[in-house]
Formats: sequence, C-alpha cells, structure tokens
Amino acid sequence: MSADRRQFLIQSGKFIFLTGAASIAFEHLLAGEPEKAPNYKLTDHWWAMTIDIEKCIGCGNCVRACKEENGVPKEPFLFRTWVERYHVPRGDIEHPEVDSPNGGYDGFKEKYRPGDGSKNFFVPKLCNQCAHSPCVQVCPVGATFESPDGVVLVDSKYCLGCRYCVQACPYGCRYIHPETGTVDKCNLCYHRITKGLTTACCESCPTGARQLADLKDPNDPVHEFLRTHKVQVLKPQMATGSKVYYSGLDGSVR
Amino acid sequence: MNGDGFKERFKDREHLLRLAGLFGVGVLLFMLVQALLIPKGFGVYGHFRAGALDDNRLRAASFAGHETCEVCHSDVVDARKGGKHAGIRCEACHGPLASHAEADDPAAKKPARPEAPLCLVCHAANVAKPEGFPQVEPKSHGEGGSCFTCHRAHQPGAAPEAKP
Repeated sequence: MSADRRQFLIQSGKFIFLTGAASIAFEHLLAGEPEKAPNYKLTDHWWAMTIDIEKCIGCGNCVRACKEENGVPKEPFLFRTWVERYHVPRGDIEHPEVDSPNGGYDGFKEKYRPGDGSKNFFVPKLCNQCAHSPCVQVCPVGATFESPDGVVLVDSKYCLGCRYCVQACPYGCRYIHPETGTVDKCNLCYHRITKGLTTACCESCPTGARQLADLKDPNDPVHEFLRTHKVQVLKPQMATGSKVYYSGLDGSVR
Repeated sequence: MNGDGFKERFKDREHLLRLAGLFGVGVLLFMLVQALLIPKGFGVYGHFRAGALDDNRLRAASFAGHETCEVCHSDVVDARKGGKHAGIRCEACHGPLASHAEADDPAAKKPARPEAPLCLVCHAANVAKPEGFPQVEPKSHGEGGSCFTCHRAHQPGAAPEAKP
C-alpha cells in the first residue's frame, strides 16, 4: 500500500511538476543510467583538432581515409573533410586562387610554376566542431547538437533533411547524404575517439599535419602545441567557438 | 452565518465546474501528445536525443589504428626505427585494415602490397608543398625505374645505392 502511494507520488510529481524534457531526465536518473557507455565519460573530454599548414603536403590521404571510414559517397562535392590549394599571387592577399579538384581525393596535379613570386600552400578543411555552432542553432528538431564532450553530431534518426544547417554552416562542412536524405558531416570519427583511437584522417596523415586533441586531457600534447605555435581558427569574426586550430594560417584563407 | 451568501454566490457553479473539467481534459491531452511526440531520452544532456550519442558511437571502424598493427608486426616497427618514415602510421600507405586485424585468421586476409606509384602521392613535386619536404620530378628522377630499385619503403634513406 505504502509502495503504491510512493509510486503514485513519484509518477504524479514527475508529470505535474516537471516539464516533459525534465521528466525524461528524471526517469534516467531513477533508472541509474545517466550514461550508457561505462568506460567513456562524456564529461572528461573536450575534443578539438590542430592542423599545421606548414606540414600539409596535399596528398589527399585524409580525404580518402575519411570517405572509406565514414561511408561518404565517392562522388565529387560530398566530403566530410577536403583539402584546398591556395595560390596567392605576388602580394595580392585579397585575391587568392583556390582550387580543390575532387576535394583533393586524387591528389593535386602540379599547376603553378615555382619562382613566380606567388605563395602556394594546402589547407585541409573539416567541420570546425564549433562550441557555439550556427548549424545547431537553426536546427528545428534538435537533430544536430553539440555533445557534452565537444563534438557537433547529427541525429540521423530525427533529421528531417530540411537543409537549414547546410546553409547556416559558415564553413560549408555539411551535405545531404544522397542515400538517406539526411544531413551528414564530420563527427570527428566519434565512433573511434570514444574508443581511444584517433580519427581516420589523423591515422592516415603521413606528416602528422592533423592531430586530434583532447583539451581536457592535461597530458595531451595539444597544450604544448598551442603554447609553442601561433594558431588561428577559420572566420574568427563569426564567433562560432571553432575548435579546429590552424598553425601557419595565411590571411588569404577564407 | 455566511452559508446563505456563499450558496447564493455559487448557485451557478455548474458551468464553472464544466469549464474546470474541460481545462483538465485539455491539460491531460497536452501531456499525452507531448509524451507521444518527444523522443525517448530527449533533454538528458541538452536539446537533443541522448540515444543519438550512442548511434554515433556504435559503428565499426575501417582503420584498425597503428597500435593494433604493432601488436603483431613489431618487426616492422624495428625496421622503421630511426628512419624518415618511422612516424608514419601503417595504414597511411597500407590502407584501412581493420578487416585484416579482426579476422579469425589474419594471414588469410592479407592486404595487397603497396605499389611504387604510391610514393608519388606524397613525393611528386608540387610548389604548394612545404619547402624542405622531399619531392622529385617523376619524369626525370630515377630514370623511370621503380622507386624500390633504390629506396626501401620502411627505411627510405638507408638503401646502399640511394640517390637524391
């Protein structure tokens, strides 16, 4: 009898005094399963990436590895990560020539002459895992979100395919997957990094230009990297809280 | 003493009760619709479905990771030690090999040996590559022969007749 009354009070209390969302959180607490993954603590990580432009050789290994690992369609213009080649004519930082044939998937054919006074370099791009992401803010159904460990993820079961986020991303990092009709983007190989592996792009980068970083891990070499390198994020004026830190980034990079 | 006044004031309470009942039904209906529409686990960590974290997590990997490779192939680790390619992870050249690593009999699922043209993916000359990175003109360098005539992939600088 008293147990019934207790149950009744818990149930009615949940429904009357808590909002829908909070009552679900309460259910989880009662069930004692705030996190399903026992050996991975969401609160212990804050994922980021560092990219050293002076090390990138434009081999395209990251692009190929990413497509392989994440089932990204092989057709052009659909990428989770891609590489751009910048050609900055002598002294003209405002008008760089940028190309990315097939996202760098097939590498880069030599196109420019050495010694013409121009500046040439590669810029790998991927989702910037913004802490204050514009794509998350526009999603009408909560199908894209910043995870508690700092990765912008997509809930493909609830994505409507409305494309708001594709337009909102200032870095052009999202695309609609032709098979599912839902949005897809770099999730920093969430299935790998939560198991202690690095991302597929970092695993296959021959020069170590890309490095996965856990900003909450005091032993991560990223802290030394950020201390010894001058780093910048893409489009800092947009205040997206980007967590992909570029070292050696030129002012011409968009 | 106020009994009569009270009764007098609420003599038409019927429609008030009806209104309250209707309001109650409305609240119940709202709660029912809300419970049906909000997915399970929504709001546990924020404005998203908590289960989406596991949906992103629970997927198989294609790249095994160099730590896995080195469990069996420690001889290659030794062979690469001190060389220019020592820092490159196995699957950068050998491709994704989780299927090989996880196979019951890995020897049966041996990956193809990388061919010499793979060297040019990194080492073909390109002005956009960083200065100081070893680059060659594929046409003029090595007289069209295979890279492996002069270089060894795991110790590129160490071959006896290595040429620049």
